[in-house]
This record gives sequence, C-alpha cells and structure tokens, in this order.
Amino acid sequence: MNWETVIGLETHAQLSTKSKMFSGASTAFGAPPNTQASAVDIALPGVLPVANRGAVERAIRFGLAVGGEKMINRRSIFARKNYFYPDLPKGYQISQYELPIVKGGEIRILTKSGEKAIRLTRAHLEEDAGKSLHEAFQDMSGIDLNRAGVPLLEIVSEPDMRSAEEAVAYAKTLHALVRWIDICDGNMQEGSFRCDANVSVRRPGAPLGTRAEIKNLNSFRFLERAIEFEVQRQIEILESGGKIVQETRLYDADKDETRSMRTKEDAHDYRYFPDPDLPPLEVSEEWLEGVRKALPELPQGKRERYQREYGLSAYDANLLTEAREKAEYFEVTHKLLKGPSPKTVANWVNGELSALLNERGVGFSQTLIEQKAFAKLLDRIHDGTISANAAKEVLHGMARGEGTADEIIEKRGLKQISDAGAIERIVDQVLAANAKQVEDYRAGKEKAFNSLVGQVMKATQGKANPAQVNEILKRKLAS
Amino acid sequence: MLNASLKRLSAALAQKKISSVELTQLFLNRIEKLNPALNAFITVDAAKSLAQARTADARIAKGGAQPLAGIPVAHKDIFVAKGWLTTCGSKMLSNFTGPYDANVIERFNDAGAVILGKTNMDEFAMGSSTETSFYGPARNPWDQAYVPGGSSGGSAAAVAARMAPAATGTDTGGSIRQPAALSGLSGLKPTYGLVSRYGMIAFASSLDQGGPIAKSAEDLALLLNVMAGFDARDSTSVERAREDYARDLEKPLAGLRIGVPKEHFGEGLAADVGKAVEAALKEFEKLGAKRVPIGLPNSGLSVPAYYVIAPAEASSNLSRFDGVRYGRRAKDYRDLADMYRRTRAEGFGPEVRRRILIGTYVLSHGYYDAYYLKSQKIRRLIANDFVEAFKLCDLVVGPTTPTVAFKIGAKAADPVQMYLNDIYTVPANLAGLPGMSIPCGFGRDKLPVGLHIVGNYFSEARMLNAAHQYQKATDWHEREPAGIQP
Repeated sequence: MNWETVIGLETHAQLSTKSKMFSGASTAFGAPPNTQASAVDIALPGVLPVANRGAVERAIRFGLAVGGEKMINRRSIFARKNYFYPDLPKGYQISQYELPIVKGGEIRILTKSGEKAIRLTRAHLEEDAGKSLHEAFQDMSGIDLNRAGVPLLEIVSEPDMRSAEEAVAYAKTLHALVRWIDICDGNMQEGSFRCDANVSVRRPGAPLGTRAEIKNLNSFRFLERAIEFEVQRQIEILESGGKIVQETRLYDADKDETRSMRTKEDAHDYRYFPDPDLPPLEVSEEWLEGVRKALPELPQGKRERYQREYGLSAYDANLLTEAREKAEYFEVTHKLLKGPSPKTVANWVNGELSALLNERGVGFSQTLIEQKAFAKLLDRIHDGTISANAAKEVLHGMARGEGTADEIIEKRGLKQISDAGAIERIVDQVLAANAKQVEDYRAGKEKAFNSLVGQVMKATQGKANPAQVNEILKRKLAS
Repeated sequence: MLNASLKRLSAALAQKKISSVELTQLFLNRIEKLNPALNAFITVDAAKSLAQARTADARIAKGGAQPLAGIPVAHKDIFVAKGWLTTCGSKMLSNFTGPYDANVIERFNDAGAVILGKTNMDEFAMGSSTETSFYGPARNPWDQAYVPGGSSGGSAAAVAARMAPAATGTDTGGSIRQPAALSGLSGLKPTYGLVSRYGMIAFASSLDQGGPIAKSAEDLALLLNVMAGFDARDSTSVERAREDYARDLEKPLAGLRIGVPKEHFGEGLAADVGKAVEAALKEFEKLGAKRVPIGLPNSGLSVPAYYVIAPAEASSNLSRFDGVRYGRRAKDYRDLADMYRRTRAEGFGPEVRRRILIGTYVLSHGYYDAYYLKSQKIRRLIANDFVEAFKLCDLVVGPTTPTVAFKIGAKAADPVQMYLNDIYTVPANLAGLPGMSIPCGFGRDKLPVGLHIVGNYFSEARMLNAAHQYQKATDWHEREPAGIQP
C-alpha cells in the first residue's frame, strides 16, 4: 500500500519597510552588529512599541492579493509571545495570535498535474528576533540586535500540499507574489523569505499523521530536499512499526538530512496575551480602499487574461507571470507589434531573452534591451529578413551593445535570401547535381527531401529563407 | 519659600525676588538635612540640578518663561532621565544610568523646570509603603515610625517634608493617591493615556499612569499642564486638543452632583477616616454641591481582578531585566539558564518575585481563561459601574484608603493586608478613569486622611475645580508635619 504525503508551510516574509515593525531603526541588511538597534529594539527600560503603518499596509496588500477584502480583519490584536533568549531583548516577541490581520485566502499553483488551489489559514504581523553569534567569541556568545524588530509577515498554509513538488511550487508562487505586490524583496540568502515545513505521511483516506516541523528552509532546493528526506524517514519508521514523534527538526544541507531540534515535550508555554502597549489594530474601509486601488493587476489575473485574450497556454502564461517586470515586458513588447503573434512574443520572452538575462544576472526591469528594440528584432523575423537562428545571434549582439537589430543584421550579413528568383536558381543547381536524391524522393523516400533542403541551405550559407526553399523545392519536385 | 505654592514661586522667580539657583539650593539644603532620616530620595545630584537652574535663570532673564521655569521638581525614580541613575527602586537597576529622557522628563525640561532628584519608591512600583525598595523604606514626615504610602512614597515624603515643592509619581493601583493621602498631600492620577508612558518603566502597562503630587489642587493643575499631552512614541497616548487644567479652578460648585458609593463606606473603613470623609462631604454640600447616593456593585471584585491583571502584565514587562544588555548580572553562573536564574533571583526583591510568579501562573496554559480572561471581564464590569454612576453624578467621592498610614513593618509580612490598601483606588485604574486624593483632616495618631475623587474620562479640570474650591474653604492642605522644621 502506498503513502500519502501531507505538507503545510509557514513562511516568514520580511516586509520591505525602511524602518522596523515597532521602532524607527533601519532594516537595511548587512550593517555592523548592533548599529541598527534603537532604544526600542534593545528594550531599554521604559521604551514602548509603535506599529509601523507601512508594514500593516503591506500585510493588507497581501490579504487583498490572496482573497480580497473579506480576508482582512478590520480589527486585529498584537500579542506577546513570552520566552527567554538572549537575542530576544524584551523577553517576548510581539506577534499576532488569536486575531491575525489576514485570515484565509488561497494561492493557486501549477504543477505537472495541473492547477491546484492551496488554502491559506492566516497571515500575521510580527517582529523578528536578533541573532546569536556563537563562533567569533571564546567561551562567550555575541548578540547582534540589528535584526531584532524587523517586520515579518508569517503566512500559514493549510496542509494542502501532497508532494515536495507541490510545496516548492507553492513556495515559488508565494515568493513571486510577495515580490509582485512589492511587500518583500524575496532575498532568500539574506533571510527575507524563509519557510518552515510541516510534514506528515498517512495512508490515503486516513486521518492526518503526526507531523514534524522542519525549520528555516531558505532555498527552494533545501525545501524540496528536506521534505523528500523527511517523508522517506517517516515512511521508514512507520513501515518498520515505529511511531512518529511530534517535534521540530532542522535540515542539514551538508548532510542532506533532517535532525531533531526539540520534541513537543520540551515545547515552551509562551503565555500569549494581548500586548497592553498596543491598542487593537484597526483597518478602516477608507484605508482598505486606498490600498486596494494602489494594488497592481495580480499574477493570477494576468495568467487568466493571457490565456483568454492571447490564447497562450497555462504553461506560457505561468512563466510570463513569474515576475511582474517580465509580464510587463511581455505586454509592452506585444503592444508595439502588429505582425508577430502573442505566442511568438511569449516564446521569445520566456525563451531566449529570459536565458540571456539570466546568464547576465539582470532582471527584466533593467534596460539591457529595451522593449522597442526587442520588438524590432521580432518584426525582422516576422517579415522574413532574418531566420529565427540568426535572430538569436542578433539578440546577443544587441545585448553586447553592438547596435540595433538592423545594424547588426547588416554588419554581419545575416539577411535571408528571400529573392524567389535567386533561390530558384540555386534550387535548380542543387536538383541537377543530386539526381540520386531526386530519384529517391520521387520513389517515396521523404528523407531525401530534407537532404535537398540541406544542400540548398549549404549553398546559400544558411541565408535562404527556409520557408521559401521548402515551397520552391516542393513545387519543382512535383513538376 | 519652602511652603510656597507653585504660583507664588513662579511669581517670585519672574519678579527676580529669588533665582532658580537660590531656590534649588534652598531645597537641596533641606534635602541634605532631612533626607538621611526620611530616605525620600534615592539620588540627589546638586551639580546637575544647579546647572539646570542656571539655564533656567538665563531663560527667565530673557522674559516670557513658562510658569514652571526655574522651579525644582522631584521625580519618582521610575522615570528614565538622561545622565541620572534610574533604579526603579531595584537592585536590578542599581547600576543603570538613563541614556534618554522619559517624555515626562522631557516636558519638564522643556518647561524650564529643574530636576531636583530621583525619589524612593517600592521596587518596580510594586507596593503600598516603599518598604519593598532596595534602598530601604522612606518615612512618613508626619511620624517617622509610619510609612509614607507607596509606591510613590518617596515623592510624597519629599513634598510633605518640604524637600521639594512638587514631585511626579505613577499610579497603577493607587500609587499616587494612596501616598498623597497618607502624607497629607494632593495627588492626581490622570485619565489613562493623558500622560505619556514613554520612559516610565513599565509595571502594568494597561494600568500605569504618571501624574503629579503636590501640596494643592492648584499646584496639580500647573503640573498637569506640563505633564499631559500626546506622544507619538506611546501608542496608548491619547491625541486630543491641549487644555488648560487650571481654567476652571475658580468655578463655583453650585449644582455639582457628588456621588457617594455605599460600597466604599462599609466594612473595612476605619472610623477615623470615615469621620473625616463625612465632614468633607458636608463641606462640599456647604459649597453648593449635591450629594447623590450611588452604587459601584462590582467594587469588591476590583482588588482580586487587579492582582491578576497587574502581575500578568508585570511578569512579561519585567522579562527584559535578564542581565544580558544592561542592569545587574549575577557574578557566577554555569550556563545561560543559570545566568537568568541567578540574575533575576538576586536582582529582584521578594515582592517583585512574588508578582512575577503570580503573573506567570495566571497566563499559563490551562489557567489563562480562569484567571486572566475572567479578570478582564471583571474589568469591563467595573468600568460599566462607573458608566452607570456618571449618569447620576459628576464626581464620585469617598475615602482614598481604608485607614491612615500604618507603621513601617506592620503589613510587610502580610501581602493581602497590604493589597487591601488599594481597595478604593484600584477601580479607577481598571476603568482608566482619573482619580485624585486631597487632604481632608486627620485621624488616629494625628495622621492625615485623604479624600478620593474620581471623575469621568478627561474631566481633570472639573475634578481640580472641586478640589480647589474645597481647599479654598479648608486649610488641611496647608498643614505641614510638625517637628521637621529646620
């Protein structure tokens, strides 16, 4: 009998505010230790928190993006989560507990088996803790409180994912979304976007199994590997008659395994209670409306529109909407063009151009190749001036700053031979010189045709318009 | 000058009859003489105070200075003040120098007032006698065998002994009003949110409120004018138009409806206190006020609810005192957990430890609903009692405390007896209402009795008006402790 994997993800997205969740200190990454920790962040006696409006607004944007206004609690509560740790200056973390700012919503993912909706339980605002540095000091630990108080949105999914592939698809879609709506820079190396995975296995149809929580997965690959390892580990235990212990586990990327961090028995009693320093967070209808109006068209909306309006496949639409800049690049280019079909534009944006930008490590927002110049190139393919192959060369030339598409075509002599008379003359020569292949073709050997096309192309150094060559060859051979 | 009202001091300074430096020195001399016996101050720094006085004199010389310019004011050691040792009455912070100014300090500084010193208090404001202070108890100037009340007992003792013209305090369950009552002074706890809590070391955030302690209601009005005001750094600070709390002082009291809650005159109220309060009520009637019997039916639940909510918040608020970043850290420890354990066991006194334990308990899984949540419901009921009461009256008046001051040591071993001191004052904190105490006579052993006045939200001007009119008709507030005259 087979096993079913059940996964739920808790994702911490660092909100892209300049200042912290409850203080005015900067959130910029990489500053020398404790240079971005204000009186509030180090929890001096007497200091008080003030909620960052920009962070709240970003949480609202998220709620609107995953389900609309119904997802936003008009009144949510900040609560204290109490525990002692040196990098937690107040001895409690301000979070949201019973009443989070966002309830519900969904993320639609696309995998090999099609589209699927992953339900969200909630998303709540909280502050990050500082960092303990255990290496640099002999017999001591250092505390860096630069991170303390950085605003986070913790996004909690329902246990709706059934494979590591789905979990990764969810994390990637969520990652794209938070960047799309401009609430998180998504930088995973810097910890701006990190996942905890709740993993369990069960027999199909059986109630949920006991789960293990794998903490702090900060790359999609680690997420996938950690889940795969964990699922295997649990199946092995269950199949050998053992029991899964509810626990928190850590993924060790070097060893590619998860290991126990703490079990439920030594779980803290966090003594949550409403933070008396912060009144309930009220979101007015006007505020909500203002945020809604400023929200860009969402990836899900674009995906559906691309399929509906442009006849693109779900796969193409999904790729185009990986990032807002890419989708916008596609749309601008498409609007500049009359000839080439949306499908052609999508293929070039998703294919050669994406590969090129990736190679160079730049995004679509940077103007390595402007949409206008790119459109010109696509036009030249469409009007038959150059072949698709030659266009790739031109594109790379453009990226190197060698000039416009036309200039590069000219300089490199990439123009196709589209002069029917010229091609006909060459075809005649090829036919005369390859009587054997002509014979074969006429005898029904289709392969011989390709060989003849090859000969014509060779004779023109690849510059003959392939469509024309095909057409003329067929005509001549038929006569 | 030692007995003068703030108004008179202000006039004397403006008319150059005395300089701020002279005035400050006068009080510093008085402190030097009396503080060894009374232990009202934890920290005095003459050089710092006099430097501030010189600045004030320069300001006054330019003309147009604010009413409190040049006047020395003592501050409860719960307010963080830049460059001043700020201990909160605790060993834990016995080495902590304030790196910034609390909003209240900032406001007094901006007004040109002089910081006269930091006053003694119950450790982290947990107590009603100053006996829990790491620095030893302050003594009541009316009789040094007695407590001055608490937790703002040092402030009360300082003003009562004329070591300071006025002082600040904080009030979580009665910590301004009770010491004012026990020391024969006027003290005001404003509406929650009126005075910023920024820089006021937190005991119970939803109850704490700073306020003034002085000799008269008129002085309180001037002090509140400086202390009150919106502060963006305190999310519970109330944003509202500035007002002059002295504006209604001279209004006649004709037609004022004074609500007298029967629950505050029952069992537990000492006869001497009851008698003085009754006389004060008669005086108000003479001034034209009307006496209205009212009920505060849930009054009896306030102390139990308070002693759940306040420790709950305190247990969390005091977590930051962990020896990691500032304050005292235990010398020897084995590991991190041991460092926490020893630091907190050594740094906190028994009352603070008791409240942290209670608070931790009531917030624990499985007990939260039965204690914390239930107390919050009671809190709502108590607030509703006042909503009903204020339909019938303008002010609620009764005794501030069940008894006059008790002897040092008398209740130190019995926390419940100590907690019952707050029985009449705690409801105003739970409801967030303004409350004040003014002297209304003397009881057993010639110790002062306090009259408690609770008003509706933001009705401080009206409360001060009633108190001032009463003080114009009586002289209890002008009496000063005998035997401490220099």
